[in-house]
Amino acid sequence: MKRRDKNTRTRHVNHLSNKRLNDWMWAYLMIFPTTAGLFVFYIYPFFQSFFYSFTDLGSFGQYAWVGLQNYVRLVGDTEVWQALLNTVIYTVLSVPVGICLSILIAALLNSKIKGLGTYRTLYFLPAVTMPVAIAMVWRWLYNMDYGLINSILERFSIEGRAWVSDPKFALYSVIIVAIWSTVGYNMVIILAGMQQCSRTYYEAAEIDGAGTITKFFKITIPLITPTLFFVTVMSLIRAFQVFDTIYLMIERNSTALERTQSLVYLYYRNAFILHEKGYASANVMVLFVIILIITYIQFKSQNKWVHYE
Amino acid sequence: MGIKRNLLVFLVICVSIALIAGCGAGQKGTGSGTPENASEGTSKEPPITISYGLWDKSLQPIYRKIADEFEKAHSNITVNVDVSPWNEYWTKLEAAATGGTLPDVFWMNGPNIVRYAEANILMPIDDRLAKDNVDLTNYPQSLVKLYTVEEKNYTMPLFWDTSALWYNKEIFDNAGVPYPDDTWDFEKLKEVAAQLTDKSKDIYGIAAKMHNQGGYYNTILQAGGFIISEDRKTSGFDKPETIEGIKVWPDLINEGLSPTFQQMLDTSQTSLFESGKLAMIYDGSWMYPQYSKNDYLKDKLGITVMPKLKQRGGVLHGVGAAISAKTKNPDAAWKFLKFLGSQEANDIFAQEQGGLPAYLPSVDVFVEQETEKGYNVKAFLEQVEYATMYPCSKYTSKWQEQETKYLKRVWAGEMSAEEACKKIAEEMNRILATE
Repeated sequence: MKRRDKNTRTRHVNHLSNKRLNDWMWAYLMIFPTTAGLFVFYIYPFFQSFFYSFTDLGSFGQYAWVGLQNYVRLVGDTEVWQALLNTVIYTVLSVPVGICLSILIAALLNSKIKGLGTYRTLYFLPAVTMPVAIAMVWRWLYNMDYGLINSILERFSIEGRAWVSDPKFALYSVIIVAIWSTVGYNMVIILAGMQQCSRTYYEAAEIDGAGTITKFFKITIPLITPTLFFVTVMSLIRAFQVFDTIYLMIERNSTALERTQSLVYLYYRNAFILHEKGYASANVMVLFVIILIITYIQFKSQNKWVHYE
Repeated sequence: MGIKRNLLVFLVICVSIALIAGCGAGQKGTGSGTPENASEGTSKEPPITISYGLWDKSLQPIYRKIADEFEKAHSNITVNVDVSPWNEYWTKLEAAATGGTLPDVFWMNGPNIVRYAEANILMPIDDRLAKDNVDLTNYPQSLVKLYTVEEKNYTMPLFWDTSALWYNKEIFDNAGVPYPDDTWDFEKLKEVAAQLTDKSKDIYGIAAKMHNQGGYYNTILQAGGFIISEDRKTSGFDKPETIEGIKVWPDLINEGLSPTFQQMLDTSQTSLFESGKLAMIYDGSWMYPQYSKNDYLKDKLGITVMPKLKQRGGVLHGVGAAISAKTKNPDAAWKFLKFLGSQEANDIFAQEQGGLPAYLPSVDVFVEQETEKGYNVKAFLEQVEYATMYPCSKYTSKWQEQETKYLKRVWAGEMSAEEACKKIAEEMNRILATE
């Protein structure tokens, strides 16, 4: 009796491992293209940048080992600190405002109103529009002498400003464009999260006499926290890595550049305009560490506010 | 459920739109003319495709035409003319040089030649010039010298440029003011600019654009200053004459004769000039194809020499074409380069209003033809006599970045010219010491 039992079990295990091997093979085959891309375009370059941050890599790939010199220089470089401050202001303003607006719009578009499809399309359009086109249109809107914004202000007798060329306003002008162009994308993800919410909670709440506002804060928000968590993590990372809007909207010889350039923009300038790729690599390592710490904190704190059903 | 499905359908549509947009862009990028039956024909040689990289979009059609002529004579060679905008050209070129994907033939300029030549990115052409008996005496010698690094020549001169004073005749006529001429000095310029500035119509007399070759490098020389010493070891920015030459520009803004620095960042000098908002501008002769072909400007465009400060002066620069040291088709690339320097190509360049061709006999073709149309292009030439070569060293772009960093504050009115120039000189000397 005992022996037979053992026998069947081994056969069973053998059978399983064969099947499993087969499954694994297929699974690995399926994820191979993505993994390969990840290694070639992300992981390998990351280690390469890490290595180069200890070298004086300049033009055309020639370098020598310089140890910690780049990092020492970085600590005393006011441009790096200013760029860090710009990036933090950009993130702190664009992410919370952007997510709050996305939740609000998603909630509005989750109800039954006329022209729902049209609204959803309109809000999502910026997400599928080329950043270059977005930046160009906004630059026209912001134009000091011929822009729409200033000509509207003029009707109310308010003096217009150089929204993207004045160091006092440029960063905020860029933040507005950033919020405008990411709201649609986040809205769609949050909307999908809202549609997962079971009707029964709402019905029960209605019986208890809950109003729209109460339902929104007591049911909808807690239920979509997993979605919000995802959106927050991704938005923060994306905000810290901002480059294109600044590159496209701020002229290279504008006095507003120092007050708007992000760490990634500074990296681009050091690496590709000033030919100091080694030092530039050290710049992005700082960014990497910051993003790593913030994402770690977010994951650690998620059980305090994220409710998985 | 219904809403969910709608959402899904909507997402799919969005993604499809994005994909279609992406494909459209991709096709546009790769579309380039290949001659029909390139492999057939009389030539037995295998078909070769070479690429030609440049940064000036308004010269692209002219070089396409020149490449067409070249292809007619060499049926097995196809030339792709690739334009990258100026702001991206050097970034892309450096990445391509590092990655080994350079165009076979590409444009080179003064600020970058030493860096590229010393890194062995470019092919020296002296041997090939000698072998094919190509004589460069008929080209501006200062250009040949500019691209000669450690006794080796790396480029075929293509065209050269000086800056000039450009004006809108209509604005002068409307105000009843005589056109600028070669008797002018900077004081006269300011006087007339004040007469022509009409803020009710948003018209300014002059634009104080912050540009080196097309602006303050010229006034620095006219004030008796210099940018870099002859031995390329010290900066001239802390010389009082240099500061004098810089100061004249922010003064134009402060006196209300020019749009402010911020206004010109939002709407470029070129756009303002092309829409009749500026009476006069300083700009390089490389803008000639654009301005002389502009529908609004072409019948009101005037050109004259730059007004003098203490003396006459200006910077001279020219673009040369180089061959990549790692090209797979050195012979075909050389044949094309040789053709770019030929009288035939230079004549096409002249006839198509490209600017001042490097082959000197073709310059006459250009001057004669354009003077007949009423454009005083002789002004570009007259200034060559007293012009100084464009200042450069090995790491030109590094100290030019410092220049921009401080001078923009002067233009914006946040810093005095004296303070900025002192800072630039310090930084520039530090950089020059590392070369």
